[in-house]
Amino acid sequence: MMRADGPDSLLVIVPALNEEAAIAAVVRAVNCHVPGVPVLVIDDCSSDGTIAAARGAGAEVLPLPHHLGLGGCVQAGYKLAYSLGFQYVIRVDGDGQHDARDIPRILERLKTSGCEMVIGSRFVEANGSRTGAARSLGIRFFRMVLRPILGKPVHDPTSGFVGVNREALGAFSRSFPLEYPEIEALVVLQRRRFRFEEVPVKMLPRLAGRSSITAWKSLHYIAHVLLGVFVNILKYDRRFHRGSESPPRNAPPRDGAPGDAAPRDGAPPHKCAGAGG
Amino acid sequence: MDRLLNVTTVLSVLLLLMVLISVRRAHIRVEYSVSWLLTAVAMLLLSRSRPVLEVITRWSGVPDTPLTLFLISGTLFLIMFFRFSVIISHLRDDNVALAQRVAILEYHIHSLEHHEE
Repeated sequence: MMRADGPDSLLVIVPALNEEAAIAAVVRAVNCHVPGVPVLVIDDCSSDGTIAAARGAGAEVLPLPHHLGLGGCVQAGYKLAYSLGFQYVIRVDGDGQHDARDIPRILERLKTSGCEMVIGSRFVEANGSRTGAARSLGIRFFRMVLRPILGKPVHDPTSGFVGVNREALGAFSRSFPLEYPEIEALVVLQRRRFRFEEVPVKMLPRLAGRSSITAWKSLHYIAHVLLGVFVNILKYDRRFHRGSESPPRNAPPRDGAPGDAAPRDGAPPHKCAGAGG
Repeated sequence: MDRLLNVTTVLSVLLLLMVLISVRRAHIRVEYSVSWLLTAVAMLLLSRSRPVLEVITRWSGVPDTPLTLFLISGTLFLIMFFRFSVIISHLRDDNVALAQRVAILEYHIHSLEHHEE
């Protein structure tokens, strides 16, 4: 069982759905570039061998009983991390697009900046990352929409390569958008007066499979996220955490962080290879 | 007009019977049948009281009495759909929270079993 290891404990979470072909490489890359850090793969009810592949690569796996979608999947990881007392959580996609070499920089920025969230951004600096025309247009559109809401520019609002500290972890454990969470999560943060920063990262090609985003889904995405953003502005989150009040920003963890220095169980050594390797 | 009211009466009675039978067979929970029963009874009463319909028509400025009947029934069903959307949203949120909790508890159980071995 993984445990929060000291005041700077980090957990890397990997939401995954049918990523059998890529997940082992992703886990190994994380183990290689941030050795000793536990990796939690949250399996959103895959129909292939994702769970076995992740366990085989040395990751802990949180299998969901039924398909929850990306937001529900990520939030399950946040909830477990929060209950285990982790101070920082970095989310990495299960398709190998996020370069594990960027994880230490995101963690460092989380620790030094005092921000509650750090986004790995493709567009802070020109780094050769390419996106499709439709997606690029969508990103530009949401940049424009979010600029006045957040009070500062965000270069890559759709990035899923995100690190959060314990305060944001607590907030997201209580309230997190269920579908297309990246953009709405920024508004959830803003509602709590939390801050974010972006660090430049490089996105890699998918290791396997194809993106599930089609033209129709893109339109649905834009409509859904726009609605979600404006509803969040209108103070919407009460429904998500009925019966629980948000603690003050610096409140101690509710669940009692384990805080012991036990090493991670069963983390096999890996040579750097695969995603980000 | 009379034929339309008679058809509405028949449909209301059918709806009433269908809901009652569904409740009896436990296909619908009693608390969710109340909205349907109230709507069916409202439609039944309106279809059997033409003077009331005509008063509502004059009061609301609707040009036609049958249109008033459809307007009222449409409004009632829209309210019901909205109510059930609220219920479904709550159930979805509870379902997600429950699934996450089950997953986390299973993770802890699995870890404890693994630890004991």
